[in-house]
Amino acid sequence: MNTETAYKSKGRFGAHGGRYVPETIVNALDELEKAYQEAIGDPAFLEELQYLLREYSGRPTPLYYAERLTEKLGGARIYLKREDLNHTGAHKINNALAQGLLAKRMGKTEIIAETGAGQHGVASATVAARLGLSCKVYMGEEDMRRQQLNVFRMQLLGAEVVPVKSGTGTLKDATSEAIRAWVSSVDRTFYVIGSVVGPYPYPQMVRDFQRVIGDETREQIMRMEERLPDYVVACVGGGSNAMGMFYPFLDDVDVKLIGVEAAGQGVDTDKHAATIAKGSRGVLHGMMTYLLQDENGQIIEPYSVSAGLDYPGVGPEHAYLHDSGRAAYHAVTDDEALEALRLLCTTEGIIPALESAHAIAEVVKLAPTVSADTILVVCLSGRGDKDVTQIYEREGGAQ
Amino acid sequence: MNLETGSGAARIAAAFNTEKPAFIPFMTAGYPAPEHTVDLALALQEEGAAILELGVPYSDPLADGPTIQNASAQALAHGVTMERALELARDMRTAGVHIPIILFTYINPVLRFGPERLYKAMEAAEVDGILIPDLPFEEAGEINALAKKYGRPLISLVAPTSAQRVKMIAEQAQGFVYCVSSLGVTGVRSELREDITDFLEAVRRYARVPVAVGFGISGPDQVAALAPHCDGVIVGSALLNTIRQAEVLLSQAETKQEGLTVVKKFVKLLQSGV
Repeated sequence: MNTETAYKSKGRFGAHGGRYVPETIVNALDELEKAYQEAIGDPAFLEELQYLLREYSGRPTPLYYAERLTEKLGGARIYLKREDLNHTGAHKINNALAQGLLAKRMGKTEIIAETGAGQHGVASATVAARLGLSCKVYMGEEDMRRQQLNVFRMQLLGAEVVPVKSGTGTLKDATSEAIRAWVSSVDRTFYVIGSVVGPYPYPQMVRDFQRVIGDETREQIMRMEERLPDYVVACVGGGSNAMGMFYPFLDDVDVKLIGVEAAGQGVDTDKHAATIAKGSRGVLHGMMTYLLQDENGQIIEPYSVSAGLDYPGVGPEHAYLHDSGRAAYHAVTDDEALEALRLLCTTEGIIPALESAHAIAEVVKLAPTVSADTILVVCLSGRGDKDVTQIYEREGGAQ
Repeated sequence: MNLETGSGAARIAAAFNTEKPAFIPFMTAGYPAPEHTVDLALALQEEGAAILELGVPYSDPLADGPTIQNASAQALAHGVTMERALELARDMRTAGVHIPIILFTYINPVLRFGPERLYKAMEAAEVDGILIPDLPFEEAGEINALAKKYGRPLISLVAPTSAQRVKMIAEQAQGFVYCVSSLGVTGVRSELREDITDFLEAVRRYARVPVAVGFGISGPDQVAALAPHCDGVIVGSALLNTIRQAEVLLSQAETKQEGLTVVKKFVKLLQSGV
């Protein structure tokens, strides 16, 4: 849409962002925006959030110098931001805790969430239990099959997992269904969106709740290396760990930001989730952004070995960072990600999530091409426990 | 055929110029199959439809419940695109459909087709307006400008949750104001909200155009309860359910008329409320 058009539009990142939703929830978004802005200016809210992040989730997470990986690859000094060491095993808990607190503050009793790989669903179910809220998680049937253990985890935590049959039963469909459910119960429910996607104010709000990753990294690398990194790398599905990591570095133009998308079986096949590399501008789930869509504007189902990256859109701020050139977006294949996963396992004794393995695969390509005084930080967004069964099946079982 | 002269806006206004609330059925283009669309439109017109809402299928219809989602999926499987839906509208005109036709679709297919190209195509197909449920007031600038330029209204929706937005939206509405009768997506509901009449009257206070109500309306009792408080009643999912039940009859040449009769009977029943 022409951004020159003289009309008021909220929450734009260049041409991207906005609020493309049914009228029924516009008022709820206005209320959310107001509540959010009040909350982040309220020391009591911030104190409670920081308390939970510290004592419940285990922040700050370490910035770990990956010595053996560095030696193995040759080139850049590689640091891992250990979001995998968070409670529930990924960065998702940062945002879920913050939105959960906001839901309580707004007097909502029920939260709904969507999940792909299950990490955001588990984080939401966890937060709901901790804060005494009821929780429904929408999950595609295909993802439920791929991530059975996470489904059971959510159920153990007291959440109801709602199977979504429409479409191909993956994250896209779960998100659409969660929005529909929200439209139907907007007076009592809070929708905890799991990434920097959706209508304004979600992309900004989720970024602000995830920027703790980049803020800590900045402080930690200054302490350890007395300078900022040369490269910051993170995987991008919707893009919340990447946005949280990138945001505090946006003004440091010498810090190169690289987002890593899922190329699936290759960007030249029809089986990938490389939205920025292969997508075009459009509207999905309330936002204008780059999308995988056909010539008629119908959304194309993405594909990735990683359920968490299997999304046909991307956060609108990433679309903007791509347009402006501030961040570069590369894509790595399933095979490259799995190879990187094995490398991290055997060099560092860390099993990364399949999502994070995509970022590691980019590091595998990049590190050897730069000098030994180059500092590279990669966001290890989650741990691989949830993916072990799937990797086991794919790799043909025990060797 | 020659339609009466005047813009889409004037034709829509004329459609409300009746004693009873206007009956506004919704049907998905290409559902159950493209070859039934024109026959169904003619049948609806024959039974007194004042305006026809023609759904253009979309893969991710956020404002729709399972009935319209499934109809859209089936129509998409039949290859119904924006272009094909416009062809079907043109076929309706050729076959004698003279009531206003309003497209019901989502913003992404509109952007992909190109908003101005779409308006030109709507003009060529004699489509009188458009309704885009995921395009709220604040984002509608470009389409609104085209709507005025081509005299083919972008119909505004208001919801019971619209609060102070009702005045802003209703005052600037073109064509008619579409009042969402309940929270939630499209689909049959057994009961309407208790405060529905207050909501409709509030919208009527501000609107300079007729006020129609939709979402969840499925029976003559509901139509009767709403009739005194609105200028039009929109029925979608309940009609699609009926069309689905008639699908087998519609699909055989020898039973097609019988299938259409099933649909007509339902429409007659609905309107018996007023």
